[in-house]
Amino acid sequence: MSPGKSGQYLTFGPENASFKAKIEELSGENIDLCMQCGGCSSGCPLTEEMEFLPSTVIRYVQLGMEEALDSNTPWVCITCFNCEVRCPRGIDVANVMEALRQVALRAKYDRFSLDELTSEELMELPQIAIISNQRKLTG
Amino acid sequence: MLMGENLRIGVWVCECGGNIGDVVDVPSVAKSLRGEVAYVREELYLCSSPSVENIKDMVDKRNLDRVILACCTPNMHWETFKEGLEEAGLNPALLEIVNIREQCSWVHKDDHEGATRKALDLIRGAISRVKESVSLESKSMDVVREVLVIGGGVAGITTSLRMAESGLKVHLVEKNASIGGHMIQFPKVFPTMDCSQCILTPKMAQVSRNRNIDLITYAEVAEVTGVPGDFKVKVRLKRRGVNVEDCISCGACARVCPVEVPDEFNEGLSTRKAVYMPFPQAVPSVYTIDFDACTKCLKCSAICPRKCIDPFDQGSELELNVGAIVMATGFELYDIGSLANYGYGKYPNVVTSLEMERILDVNGPTGSMVVVPATGREAKSVTFVLCAGSRDTEVGKVYCSRVCCLYALKQTQLLRDRGIDVWIHYIDIRAPGRRYEEFYRTTQEKGAMFVKGKVTEIVPHGEQVLIRGEDMMIDRMVEYPVDLVVLCPPIVTSEETLKLAEMLKVPVDEDQFILERHPKLDPMATKRDGIFAAGVVVGPKDIQSTTAEAEGAAMKAVNFLSGDRVIEPNKAYLSNPELCDACGDCVEACPESAITVESGKALINEIMCTGCGACIPACPHNALDQQGLTDAQLIAQIKGTLEASESEIKILAFTERQVAYTAIDLAGLARLSYPSSIRIIPLPSLARLKLDHLLTAFAHGADGIMFLEAPEHEGPYGKAHILSEERANDYKWELEDHDVDSVRIWFSRVYVPDWRKLERVFNTFHNMIEDEGPLEDEVREELKEKLG
Repeated sequence: MSPGKSGQYLTFGPENASFKAKIEELSGENIDLCMQCGGCSSGCPLTEEMEFLPSTVIRYVQLGMEEALDSNTPWVCITCFNCEVRCPRGIDVANVMEALRQVALRAKYDRFSLDELTSEELMELPQIAIISNQRKLTG
Repeated sequence: MLMGENLRIGVWVCECGGNIGDVVDVPSVAKSLRGEVAYVREELYLCSSPSVENIKDMVDKRNLDRVILACCTPNMHWETFKEGLEEAGLNPALLEIVNIREQCSWVHKDDHEGATRKALDLIRGAISRVKESVSLESKSMDVVREVLVIGGGVAGITTSLRMAESGLKVHLVEKNASIGGHMIQFPKVFPTMDCSQCILTPKMAQVSRNRNIDLITYAEVAEVTGVPGDFKVKVRLKRRGVNVEDCISCGACARVCPVEVPDEFNEGLSTRKAVYMPFPQAVPSVYTIDFDACTKCLKCSAICPRKCIDPFDQGSELELNVGAIVMATGFELYDIGSLANYGYGKYPNVVTSLEMERILDVNGPTGSMVVVPATGREAKSVTFVLCAGSRDTEVGKVYCSRVCCLYALKQTQLLRDRGIDVWIHYIDIRAPGRRYEEFYRTTQEKGAMFVKGKVTEIVPHGEQVLIRGEDMMIDRMVEYPVDLVVLCPPIVTSEETLKLAEMLKVPVDEDQFILERHPKLDPMATKRDGIFAAGVVVGPKDIQSTTAEAEGAAMKAVNFLSGDRVIEPNKAYLSNPELCDACGDCVEACPESAITVESGKALINEIMCTGCGACIPACPHNALDQQGLTDAQLIAQIKGTLEASESEIKILAFTERQVAYTAIDLAGLARLSYPSSIRIIPLPSLARLKLDHLLTAFAHGADGIMFLEAPEHEGPYGKAHILSEERANDYKWELEDHDVDSVRIWFSRVYVPDWRKLERVFNTFHNMIEDEGPLEDEVREELKEKLG
């Protein structure tokens, strides 16, 4: 039997529950209510730029999978709240995206290393852009 | 009674304002008929009260004994004219209505000559036919105002109470020791989360108290004979070993009984004694000896303070006489053991949903502790496998069992309230009932994990089992260990119910549920008069729908028994008993099983016969005929319609009288246009047609014949509408032997919504026959000779 795309079986353990609980706590949303209707994704104006659709990210959170953090989706999200307006179960997806960004930021995870930049680039780029790009890579 | 040429026939031809008169030359039609019959009259509006009064007057003054009304469709004013003529003392069987509006003037508005010829032909057909008509009286039959209800679950209980309320005597037969059915096994019911015992036991008590209900538990229906309105039923009372009247359910017997066997009420998860009461609130509240397990130690009969135990009870038989029967035999679960990949029966951690119901019951085998029943190990995680055999064309059942999603949600809520982790693997969550979507949402709120994708297999994993499936939302395989797995198998009809259906001569559908008289419009009636059905026996459904059906079935039965049964004079009968050699061909053909062979002759049950006419052509000896539609009448009408006709091409369209006839009327209402060569003769079902009828038609002038039959399943006479097509095909080839080309026969099924297509159908066939040319005169002469 093939384990599927990521090469691993999806399993459920206590760590899944704690990740989900963390996102629920931070976002204030009840993720369990999602029934995967896809309404958030179909209303999102930026799905073309996203690696995972918003509804897929929600599913990852529902399953308690930290892979929800691996995609660029929370960073591409511009918090337009279309997803919130469209969700038939009243979940504010943008809040969930914000929660994911917070978790990523609190993990002090840098999206790129300063070493990757040439000295010319370091000279050219404004400091604020470098810092924000490290933490929030929307490009 | 006067017959043949001495009859005094009156013909009225209606102009219908200009609706008929603008197209059909009514005065010329009337003129042609004068001299052929005793009285002819033109009317502007035949349906108006003065006209109806005039018809009544003339019947009286001119002493008319047959009446023909050429006007609009009989679907419009049949009742008005019939009642009027009955007041004038004319038997309705002596009245013919000829449709010259919907099926003549409205559809041939550009062919005045053709329409006039056709109207005249149709009226002449009716004149010939009416000469063969005789008065017919409907009969009435007393019905027995008692009902048998089979099955004492929630459906049987509800329907019994309702019928008893309306004053009927109800005999409720239950196979188990107590009524209550499956519902009494459930700790809670969705979506209200009521305790099911709290809501059902009061109703069970009402059943035992109600004087109109004769409760017969631990019994089976052994034989049913008789007819709707008057069934004779043999009920076999199983060996019970306890006198139901005397037992005070003190339980002394069970305490001393040394035998322990699996307890069915707890789905075999606990044991009971050989003498037992299935559950504390059982109705009747008595003990029962399970003779399959009893060792005849006689300890119970020694200790019984009421001396009501008879260890040598042989059971007994009871005879009932009832007018109607309600089937409410419920369901059982599909044998999940055949789905090897789920390991039921192999791994103790895998249980059925019914077992889970008992586990969750506070009075259940585990005292409501969620444990693996076989090992007693506490379960901290539970997985539901939905569609464990449902929606499966290969190994399980093709249909959706309808309640599994909801009871899985219910059980999930009960488990989540105890803090147990729950996964639900589903294909689709189907919650299409009142308050059901809300129930789904509440379950999600309680934090259950829903995984879309069917579980593929369950494998052992230490003291747990491993679930393997897929999460289709993120395209990933799923594998995780769990303590307890609940399989949700299909709901199926039990073998016992199938045997009972056979005994009652009630057909079942492709999924083996009782076939409804009409799945949409008459869902509580079976295909047989006087036998009704309610609840899951008609198909999977929840308690809400089951009780609704039970109430409905009660209404059906009460209605059925509310007055005498009227037997319409449209039945098949043995017209030539001496020709019957009991070959049984008619028995085979009858869609209603209304014919039996008794003492060497076919015997047609007038109550069961619906008058479809399918048996008559089946008789190889022409020994059968039909009231109100005799061969003589039909042949006279065929001849009369054709013989004097001046049409170049003559086509007879035999038409099923409810569905197809209505469609042709609608084509008229929409003023579609088709050739005036088409002449319609209505019949109950086209299975009534004999080869001789077709030969007569061709011999006397027909150039083509159409069979316009009802759709297979929408017609009023079931199998007769299927049989007719087989016969039409046979007739085609037999006609070839008589030198009539098979292209001269056309068979179509006419659906009411398809009435627009009739224009093309009629035009196409007319053109085919026109190309073919009229049938050669030599062929007609030969046919006449052969027919004698």
